[in-house]
Amino acid sequence: MELMGLTAVELGKKIQAGEVKVKEALDAAYKQIEKVEGTIHSFVTIEKEEAYQCANKVQQLIDTKKLTSILSGVPVAIKDNMCTKGLRTTCSSKILENFVPSYTAEAVKNLEKAGAIIIGKTNMDEFAMGSTTETSFYGITKNPWNTAHVPGGSSGGSCTAVAAEECSFALGSDTGGSIRQPSSFCGVTGIKPTYGTISRYGLIAYGSSLDQIGPIAKDVTDCAVILETISSYDPKDSTSIKRESYHFTSALKDSVKGMRIGIPRDYFTDGLEEEVKESILQVADILKEKGAIVEEFDLSLVEYAIPAYYIIASAEASSNLARFDGVKYGYRTKEYEGLHNMYKKTRSEGFGAEVKRRIMLGSFVLSSGYYDAYYLKALRTKALIKQAFDKAFQSFDVILAPASPTTAPLIGESLNDPIKMYLGDIYTVAVNLAGLPGITVPCGLDKKGLPIGVQFLGDCFMEEKIIRAAYTFEQTKKYIRCPICEKGGNQHE
Amino acid sequence: MSKQYETVIGLEVHVELATKTKIFCSCSTEFGGLPNAHTCPVCTGMPGSLPVLNKKVVEYAVAVGLATNCTINQYCKFDRKNYFYPDNPQNYQISQLYLPICQNGSIEIETTLGKKKIGIHEIHMEEDAGKLIHDEWEDCSLVDFNRSGVPLIEIVSEPDMRSAEEVIAYLDKLRLIIQYLGASDCKLQEGSMRADINLSVREIGTEKYGTRTEMKNLNSFKAITRAIEGERARQIELIEEGKAVVQETRRWDDNKEYSYAMRSKEDAKDYRYFPEPDLAPIDISNEWIQQIKEKQPELRDEKRLRYQKEYDIPEYDINILTSSKKLADIFENTIALCQKPKEVSNWLMVETMRLLKEEEKDPEDISFSPINLSKLIKLIETGVINRTVAKEVFEVIFREDIDPETYVEENGLKTVNDEGMLYRVVEEIIKANPQSVNDYYSGKTKALGFLVGQTMKQMKGKVDPGKVNKILLELLGREE
Repeated sequence: MELMGLTAVELGKKIQAGEVKVKEALDAAYKQIEKVEGTIHSFVTIEKEEAYQCANKVQQLIDTKKLTSILSGVPVAIKDNMCTKGLRTTCSSKILENFVPSYTAEAVKNLEKAGAIIIGKTNMDEFAMGSTTETSFYGITKNPWNTAHVPGGSSGGSCTAVAAEECSFALGSDTGGSIRQPSSFCGVTGIKPTYGTISRYGLIAYGSSLDQIGPIAKDVTDCAVILETISSYDPKDSTSIKRESYHFTSALKDSVKGMRIGIPRDYFTDGLEEEVKESILQVADILKEKGAIVEEFDLSLVEYAIPAYYIIASAEASSNLARFDGVKYGYRTKEYEGLHNMYKKTRSEGFGAEVKRRIMLGSFVLSSGYYDAYYLKALRTKALIKQAFDKAFQSFDVILAPASPTTAPLIGESLNDPIKMYLGDIYTVAVNLAGLPGITVPCGLDKKGLPIGVQFLGDCFMEEKIIRAAYTFEQTKKYIRCPICEKGGNQHE
Repeated sequence: MSKQYETVIGLEVHVELATKTKIFCSCSTEFGGLPNAHTCPVCTGMPGSLPVLNKKVVEYAVAVGLATNCTINQYCKFDRKNYFYPDNPQNYQISQLYLPICQNGSIEIETTLGKKKIGIHEIHMEEDAGKLIHDEWEDCSLVDFNRSGVPLIEIVSEPDMRSAEEVIAYLDKLRLIIQYLGASDCKLQEGSMRADINLSVREIGTEKYGTRTEMKNLNSFKAITRAIEGERARQIELIEEGKAVVQETRRWDDNKEYSYAMRSKEDAKDYRYFPEPDLAPIDISNEWIQQIKEKQPELRDEKRLRYQKEYDIPEYDINILTSSKKLADIFENTIALCQKPKEVSNWLMVETMRLLKEEEKDPEDISFSPINLSKLIKLIETGVINRTVAKEVFEVIFREDIDPETYVEENGLKTVNDEGMLYRVVEEIIKANPQSVNDYYSGKTKALGFLVGQTMKQMKGKVDPGKVNKILLELLGREE
């Protein structure tokens, strides 16, 4: 039996049934890591000892029926920007190379309570700033479908770990598309829920008003189960929202009859690759056949989302990252004279180029004399974008969109042209600005054999609708395993 | 004749609020403790930690706002003030810039020139920073974050004050209001109340304000008075010499009675304020304000009026008794137990004040309980002890808050009412002091006092001296 080819739910059921021991699941994960990690590099830190100890405890609790969660004993990888007590958390930055948190992020705690086993921390763009997982201090992560290509970002390591079956599922975070875009590039499924659904306590902030944690897995069912497990109202996070219901799995229904699906005309313009476009429109056709009402509409303000996003996210980041100063934790420069020099050298040496670029950008837009022209204007734009979505959701249940204008670019291609890289976020950032939920599911491969993902966007708190649409679509397709998993002759199913 | 100048002063007063826990986490605000004992991921700026607002801070800020006649901004927000310093763990301070909680208030002060209204521009909430300790021995600096995240309100006045006397009157009034509200103990020396002074001078009759400076590090009323006078003189001298006053922040050194420039406006920092994204805006409902109003205790002015009506004590006493919330509380609570306003007032006005002065303490530091003072008063009233002994007992109450009944009992301080025994002691004293007895008979009445004193000494003060006098006269008369 090939355990890592199973979905998290499939594996979890076998563990609950006693067919598979937690230790066997872990063995399978580490075996796969051994096989592919050298090629793709999903992880910053791999944790074995603690994981096996935890597995023992969890196994006992399962045996005595004290742990009955479907995720009990299932191996999970955590993006390296979520604090894990006693386990190094770097944000893929040199400045946190030796940082071991004294507490665990609330979302991760929720997973631990359910009995999931943390096997390691995944690579990402430094401080989640980037769309390629190339800006990590610990080396780039490669796309398992084709290692000449990037996996997307910033949750690149989490997506490759799922795609390459190094873990059963992973957690990512999404500030401007960092779950949905790499999920699309790696052929896996990822959800960014409504802002406030999952506690941000313990998530090392990039853009506080935009950041959300979310699940990355092989299918929609897994994502719904994980989302249900990690969501909670958390009084430690003032932006956490007490929701009426967290039963996301009740939305797993194969039916879109009468569902109104909108396609924003402004999303299907020149910048969108023809193959991606065709693939997305095919999804629309499939859903239409299944009884959905599909219509095109004008979303408007689309071109303002990217500038507004980069101003707000950078402004917040410039302040959020101020605490990394060499005083309390993390990297401190070796030689310095006086406080100011220590700050300057520590931060110059500790941060990478993209992070510095955004800190400078953010500091600039907040500085006196520019605040009104940039930051305030961006906040107003954000409010208008929210209004545009509000209007759209009066007519539609779900918006169908690409996750990215292209499939995964070649390694090295994006960083040479940051503006082009920023523009690649066009289909994802508006969702964060408006606080909406979005899900990416794989919908095909391009001619190069790289995955294409489709996004379903919903109104705030309407995860149920996007999960249902995504699930219904998913039933019409077979999950395509990435080629790296097939090596070694093991057959799927 | 030389030009006449007027001083224009505005104050920024920081007050540490008396909440049990910090403004954004549940760590204790207790003063002291081992360095970094009262800390958590939030108040040490650990990555991923998030602030959660302490509601009590809002309530205190609103209470102070209401008591100083401010408008309450029922929709208010926090902003981040960005600057790098090691005592500031996040390298930003959560404060309020764009929508402070209270605005446009005023309080009335009274000086030798009469009554005057001082405007309050705004009151905002913010967090305190940690404390840096410079270790000369190890040549390094250490940070103690115990104070990091202790809630503060900053009360910004209008430039309405014209003299040190007005400034002191304003600060005293603020202190009393806040102490009465229970929002802070307002101790300048301990830093729970800190005042920065914005001062400029202008020729009398001019409309335009002069260039102002900001003075920091003032931790007593005396230092404030000296700093105001010093800065006024410095600015006038500059103007008279034809030089310009530079807009800058200065640090007052009270030992040298001189201020030093810290930074000028040119190198003023750009704090890059922006709305705090980790905290939701605060909605203060009418109901909440109403609740705070209802909980508002009686303030000093109201208390003074009530004392005049309820108790038969002089206005002078009333002013002193109400000059501290603590003193007034003890006064009222003791009266509730013994119903002797005049007697309680005397103990507080005379003995308590004397002992406070002796120990260089404030009324806020009083630690004895009303029940013990009331018991002491009852012991005197019922003749169990005399006043001389009572004063000694009170000192012990003042210092150790002992139960006077037990103390008197255990130390055998009760007045002796056994007449037979008293007669025997007086007879002994007469026998032991023939010289004094002779002196008395030869008309030296002073000798009688000596004999009373000897008897009192023998009885360890536990007798009524009047009674001793009477017995002495009786016994000496019989001898005659």
